[in-house]
Amino acid sequence: MSEIITTPATSSTGRTLRTEEMILNMGPQHPATHGVLRLELVVDGEIVVDVIPHIGYLHRCFEKHCEHMTNYQQVIPYTDRMDYVASMTNEFGYVVAAERLLKIQVPERVEYIRVIMAELQRIASHLIAIGTYGIDIGAFTPFLYCFRDREKILDLFEMTCGARLLYNYMWVGGLSHDIPPDFIPKAKEFCAYFKPNIKELNDLLTYNEIFVKRTANVGVLPADVAINYGCSGPMLRGSGVDWDLRRDDPYSVYHKFEWDVCVGKGEMGTVGDCWDRHIVRAREMEQSVRIIEQALAQIPEGDVHAAIPKRIRPNPGEVYARIESPRGELGYYIVSDGSATPYRIKARSPAFSNLSVINEISKGAMIADMVAIAGSIDIVLGEVDR
Amino acid sequence: MEQFLTSLLGDTIWVHIIMGALPLVFILPYALVTIYLEMKIAAHMQDRLAYMRTGWHGTLQPFADILKLLQKEDTIPTAADKILFLLSPYIVFTGTYAAFAVLPFSKAYIGSDLNIGVFYIVAVSSLVVVGLLMAGWASNNKWSLFGALRSAAQIVSYEIPSAFAILAVIMITGTMSLNSISDFQSSGIQNWLIFGGPFPMGKKLLLFPFMLIMFVIYYVASMAEVNRTPFDIPEAESELVQGYNTEFSGMKFAMFYLSEYANLFVVSAIVTVLFFGGWASPFGTFMSGPGWDAFWFITKGMFFVCVNIWLRWTLPRLRVDQLMYVSWKVLTPFALFCVLAIGLIVVW
Repeated sequence: MSEIITTPATSSTGRTLRTEEMILNMGPQHPATHGVLRLELVVDGEIVVDVIPHIGYLHRCFEKHCEHMTNYQQVIPYTDRMDYVASMTNEFGYVVAAERLLKIQVPERVEYIRVIMAELQRIASHLIAIGTYGIDIGAFTPFLYCFRDREKILDLFEMTCGARLLYNYMWVGGLSHDIPPDFIPKAKEFCAYFKPNIKELNDLLTYNEIFVKRTANVGVLPADVAINYGCSGPMLRGSGVDWDLRRDDPYSVYHKFEWDVCVGKGEMGTVGDCWDRHIVRAREMEQSVRIIEQALAQIPEGDVHAAIPKRIRPNPGEVYARIESPRGELGYYIVSDGSATPYRIKARSPAFSNLSVINEISKGAMIADMVAIAGSIDIVLGEVDR
Repeated sequence: MEQFLTSLLGDTIWVHIIMGALPLVFILPYALVTIYLEMKIAAHMQDRLAYMRTGWHGTLQPFADILKLLQKEDTIPTAADKILFLLSPYIVFTGTYAAFAVLPFSKAYIGSDLNIGVFYIVAVSSLVVVGLLMAGWASNNKWSLFGALRSAAQIVSYEIPSAFAILAVIMITGTMSLNSISDFQSSGIQNWLIFGGPFPMGKKLLLFPFMLIMFVIYYVASMAEVNRTPFDIPEAESELVQGYNTEFSGMKFAMFYLSEYANLFVVSAIVTVLFFGGWASPFGTFMSGPGWDAFWFITKGMFFVCVNIWLRWTLPRLRVDQLMYVSWKVLTPFALFCVLAIGLIVVW
């Protein structure tokens, strides 16, 4: 951080010269803001003095819309559109909440398929995060490698439910379709194909000297600040906090699998810097592959439509359910008044809480670091604004 | 070449006009080929195909791109400084184009065999900085201004290590004329300055490591001078949204683009002349002669252009302060030391 000169300089003609801070608008149309985020930067030369994020450019009244559906199932397509690079996990969170409200037990096969889909989605989402992060830092090639692999996951989704981005696949009490017969061999094939690619990606990007120089010790988020701001997911684990809802507040069938929670250790710099957040995502992809492989091996037979209720009328009451989305703790708070439509739905979006910390961690950084920090938070504006 | 034209046309202004226009005959096809090559190399590195539809394997795409740029509306932002805005692309291109005057394409063809050729290139290519600053300032866009200031700081700092590398070659060859430097290294690959030049074995072996370092220093510095990744900080698309050329469209943008590619060849050509024998054939007298000379010069130049493309699509981008660090704390001290060492070896 450079010292800001407070005493005014004098020019050769004796006039007093002074420097001014400049306000720079980064976004809403800017390649590094990953959507329509506007960051109002107060800059002193290249040094960022203050950051004010402005959100709401993608606000679509998700929560209000949900109160006007004809039934609970109709909310699901809306949840898809929140975090549009990880639609499966959005649905997952909502159906878990709705099922807890209804007190339904879904067949084991459904749970397994949901876990497989959620983990595939996590890989796809982290691939986007890592690839676009590479672009932010200036490396274009890893981005296309990531998209090549993500394409294979989307093919699996397309094979299952026909959609590649917004699936409407998980329903309250079950799934829209069972997986096709050749899904399991294809998914196994993907796992075998993908594992060496993670190493390739790490060699090309993660351990690249320039990449490390650009991300290590940049945007350091200490664990206490992360907890105070309600950060979650890779953002929180990057700061060294060992917290993953899949293990610490188990839902679905995650307790049946063996896998590790990855945390940032400050290998290249300080704990909680941008590199730590990046490596947490890269390592989580390996863990997701492990979970998928186990789930594929253990998946039981059964009917995925068995528990889908004909009519959903939960008893008056409220529920809060949370799951670990690729971005962190995705929670749904649903209030029911006993009618067929939810009285109130509130989504607790991880990207929103993670973004709120940007001002705290980017003071004194350079403009180029701003890009690195914003990229490492991995925001999806659809979810921030809802 | 000049004598040939004079004998044909007499000592008229036409001789100078033709001599002045000749590099364009090279630059335009070269730019088309390089744009195509860059896209194709990048695509194959990234596991994709790049353009495949315009002509065989998309070979006509560069022409289509130029047609598109010609048709684009030529916008000038209302808040822009109009005169500077209109002038800047041409100043940038002039700076690059002027450097072609002293490039020895072949023993028989050199625009002007100045006895201070290298010095002239160092001087004239600094004109580019003025153009970039003008472009950034005139756009009246904060991002462009950032780009312009960054590029000025970058080019000025990297001229120092690159000038030192040039100095080392001048100490060895004793001439600043690019034609004479090439001539000095002719008669075979073993005489190239990167391998120690045409000296007895002992001296060659002593020179070789230092020349290798000098080559690396010059190459890194030249990448910074042409604003290519990992030094593309002035136009960093994900930070500065193309930097100084954000507000430019149509042919004005094309001029920036063209001069960037032309500049890429200039620095590659200088690398070729300084360290890799210039137009000299690697096999001594075999495959040499005016036509072959041009072939070798352009082949060697294109090789370094391709290396540059390869690096661009592999590496991330440095940060401004890290860029300055590389220049002042890594390249410059090493260059100074090498100049000292090479000087001692030459004197000895």
